[in-house]
Amino acid sequence: MIESSTHEPILECRDLCVSIGGQRVVDSLDLEVSAGQSIGILGPNGVGKTTLLLALAGVRGKDAGTVSLDGRDMARLPRREIARGLGMLTQNTRFAFDASALEVALSGRHPHIGTLGRESAADIDTARKALEDVGLDALAERSCRELSGGEQRRLALATVLAQDPAVMLLDEPTNHLDPARQVAILDRLWLRVHRQRRCQVIALHDVNLATCYCTDVLMLFGDGRWEYGPTSGMLTAERLSRLFECEIRAISDQRQTVFAVAGGAGNA
Amino acid sequence: MTGKSALPVLSVLVAVLFGSLALALALGNGSFGWPDSAVDWQIVLEIRLPRALAALATGSLLALAGTLMQVLLRNPLADPYVLGVSGGAAAFSLAGMLLALAILPIELLAFAGALVSSVIVFVLGQGSGPWSTARMLLTGVVVAAGWGALISLMLALGDDQSLRGMLFWLMGDLSYARISGWWLPGVAAITVLLMLRARSLNILAAGETQAALLGEDPRRRYTEIYVVASALTALAVSIAGTVGFVGLIVPHLMRLVVGADHRRLLPAAALFGGAFLVLADTLARNLFSPRQLPVGVLTALIGVPLFLLLLNRTGNRK
Repeated sequence: MIESSTHEPILECRDLCVSIGGQRVVDSLDLEVSAGQSIGILGPNGVGKTTLLLALAGVRGKDAGTVSLDGRDMARLPRREIARGLGMLTQNTRFAFDASALEVALSGRHPHIGTLGRESAADIDTARKALEDVGLDALAERSCRELSGGEQRRLALATVLAQDPAVMLLDEPTNHLDPARQVAILDRLWLRVHRQRRCQVIALHDVNLATCYCTDVLMLFGDGRWEYGPTSGMLTAERLSRLFECEIRAISDQRQTVFAVAGGAGNA
Repeated sequence: MTGKSALPVLSVLVAVLFGSLALALALGNGSFGWPDSAVDWQIVLEIRLPRALAALATGSLLALAGTLMQVLLRNPLADPYVLGVSGGAAAFSLAGMLLALAILPIELLAFAGALVSSVIVFVLGQGSGPWSTARMLLTGVVVAAGWGALISLMLALGDDQSLRGMLFWLMGDLSYARISGWWLPGVAAITVLLMLRARSLNILAAGETQAALLGEDPRRRYTEIYVVASALTALAVSIAGTVGFVGLIVPHLMRLVVGADHRRLLPAAALFGGAFLVLADTLARNLFSPRQLPVGVLTALIGVPLFLLLLNRTGNRK
């Protein structure tokens, strides 16, 4: 690799078109994700945030366009190689069979271990560290099926953290989590992006979390249109009102700007 | 997986296996005893031993096939008999024999039948809608019933000494099973080869998308598992006919003992599957001695309640 690889995008898509049931939801998307970037995807329900993330991960079909990882077309890369550089937290995690939380987290190391190899002590350490990061270290030996919804969500995240890919795609990582956990998890992900020069793309419901944890924002309108730019420019009351098709107000104090739905009167 | 050694459990299972073999050799005609005459020795070595070894190989093969199918279905209810894969193997073998295709080895005919059956069940059963266990099981059960009817038809149209054949092809029977000693190292080798890929099986059990995200190519792996599970079922059917529910009972019990990690589950299932069928057949020989039951009757009597219990439990979780 060339020294100045920090400016090279790690994940890149060109002319990416994605449909849901024949309806084009993302049209000709060009996106570059480089080290240090945390890109938030915002949009109303059903605009194709999940579909786009799955297409970027290469596990769902796309209509047109290319996605490349480290400059190589992902369609031609073996899954194993992709999994070493790209990980994704999907929206639903279901565990069909019993396994301890540690074993589930350890499955994140799978792409890094030789086909016939076993997990090393270092892999187990990584998995334990990941459980600690999501606050599940005390439950390491607990069966994954005995965990609550929020705990299962954190366990799924620990698996991706153990995988430790350069690009992380996160589909609503804060679902089922209480506010304190939401902030703790997003803080952890933010550290990864900034200290370790990773990058991530996060589908988020909560605009206010995007203002804190995203360097850039991609807005999806659901009819193929999209808008992309740095967070500060993108997150304005006017744009958000247009995106979500309801009046959204920006309220500022000295520390931050918060967006809120203007309730009541306006939308009778 | 995480430092926990499976060795103690596996040693116990090896001991259980040898114990079951010893019991199978010593028990006969409803009596138990050490052989003390030349005739007794002949019975033990030439009748009971080959039959016990056939039971061992069949049980291991079915338990391994069941374990693999449960990865495909992501459900503990999958079993080669319930899903009609055994039935397909039996119907093809029988048809081949009736049509005098004896040039082809019976294992090959059985494999073709098992493969056709797997494709029907796993492709039609999956459908285009959301993943549904009920749909898959229903397809399997109906396909199994169809094979059963075909087998009955062929037996009815064939010559009349077919009652024994009926038991063999529809229930599974070890009365006349004879196998070469090479089967055992063969089954052991298959188990070891599968264990080498056990980590991939663990990942695949997490579902198609998750498996792809963790670096497995699910389509390719699923195809490989279809083929291997069909081949294992076909081998078992060519030894003992369609013995049911071993692939359901054994992996389920072993998961309770060693957990769901396939590195431990596969060897445990192979060992216990063998021991289980040896014991079941010994029981089948002796329970109503001098009458002999087909072993499939016993495995079904144990398997059906367990299946219903598991079905009820999976249903309740949703």
